Amino acid sequence: MIYLKLAWAYLKIGLFGFGGGYAMLSLIENIIVGNGWISEQMFTDIVAISQMTPGPIGINSATYIGYVAPGVSDPTFAHPLWGVLGSIMCTLVVVVPSFLLTLYASHFIRRHQESGYVKGIFTGLRPVVVGLIASAALLLMNSANFGSETRDLIASISICVAAFIGVYFIKLHPILVIVIAGIAGYIIF
Amino acid sequence: MYWNLFITFFKIGAFTFGGGWAMISIMEKEIVDKYGWLDKSDFLDLLAVAQSLPGILAVNISVAVGDRLKGPKGSITAALGTILPSFMMILAIAIFLTPDIIKSNETITAIFKGIRPAVVALIIAPVISSAKAAGIGWKTIWIPVVVALLIWSKLPYISNPIVYIVFGGLFGLLWFNNNQKRLAAKRINRDKKEGER
Repeated sequence: MIYLKLAWAYLKIGLFGFGGGYAMLSLIENIIVGNGWISEQMFTDIVAISQMTPGPIGINSATYIGYVAPGVSDPTFAHPLWGVLGSIMCTLVVVVPSFLLTLYASHFIRRHQESGYVKGIFTGLRPVVVGLIASAALLLMNSANFGSETRDLIASISICVAAFIGVYFIKLHPILVIVIAGIAGYIIF
Repeated sequence: MYWNLFITFFKIGAFTFGGGWAMISIMEKEIVDKYGWLDKSDFLDLLAVAQSLPGILAVNISVAVGDRLKGPKGSITAALGTILPSFMMILAIAIFLTPDIIKSNETITAIFKGIRPAVVALIIAPVISSAKAAGIGWKTIWIPVVVALLIWSKLPYISNPIVYIVFGGLFGLLWFNNNQKRLAAKRINRDKKEGER
């Protein structure tokens, strides 16, 4: 049953999503693309769409994948209303751990923050979070996103390098970088 | 009050791009400076807890602020305000921009072909900045490298990011405990020596 699987997937994402949006990406990729609910390309497109629309990427991906996944996995659920149901469900499920933990575990955390256990956990998590973000970048550097023919590859790598210089060194806004890359894609491909 | 709370978080959800941290600074402006619902130290206190919990940071802090102001009902109000704008916008996009449409329309295909490599660049940038922020040096760089490569390997079980999140947290906890014990033992030894003198 696709809806139960989706609910379980987003419960896990909500419960183990440490370190912010980018660190959550590899977790979402592992669970959602790993299950074959959407393609690698579609996943990258969702990340791009999330960057260009307001709101957290965790919510954006839950809404989009909740809409698309039921129809992809089972033709019975191809009707848009099934998609709307899926997107409502995934969006609600991904925030359930946030609710329960914030309402019921915050006292516990506050007490132990002083004693330093929480600090210890986060000291251990910090290098892992760097690895999680790096793995998301590695996972997306594939032929689905960069193309397999030499011409496509050269164009894609050039766009990637230019975008990196733009966002890291020139400090351009990510949305501007995506828009420019889109225009470049329209001209090149 | 509930309506104000909802509208405030709705605005924050509708107008902040880039998620988590971008939202926090605007939340602080609205909640602390504009409405005075919380004072700054209370807000920072809630932020510290929200950051320690898993999940979507913007939602965590909304739940915490709503709960502080109006209890569980307040937390639902605030969280719905944060979630609804992006939910509605993405749902509209999902309905009109399905995978089939992206594939069948040549213009859209070309545009997304250009965007995808740029998205990769957008993710490489925070790898470097988060490594700097985490104080990763030559002694610790193996941790993110190994984690990234194992997740990338797509092998069953060991490519699951949850494994490394749990390991990292447990390791940090044990390491901290050991450190505490060592420090405590040192202190006892020192006290003993001073006692003997």
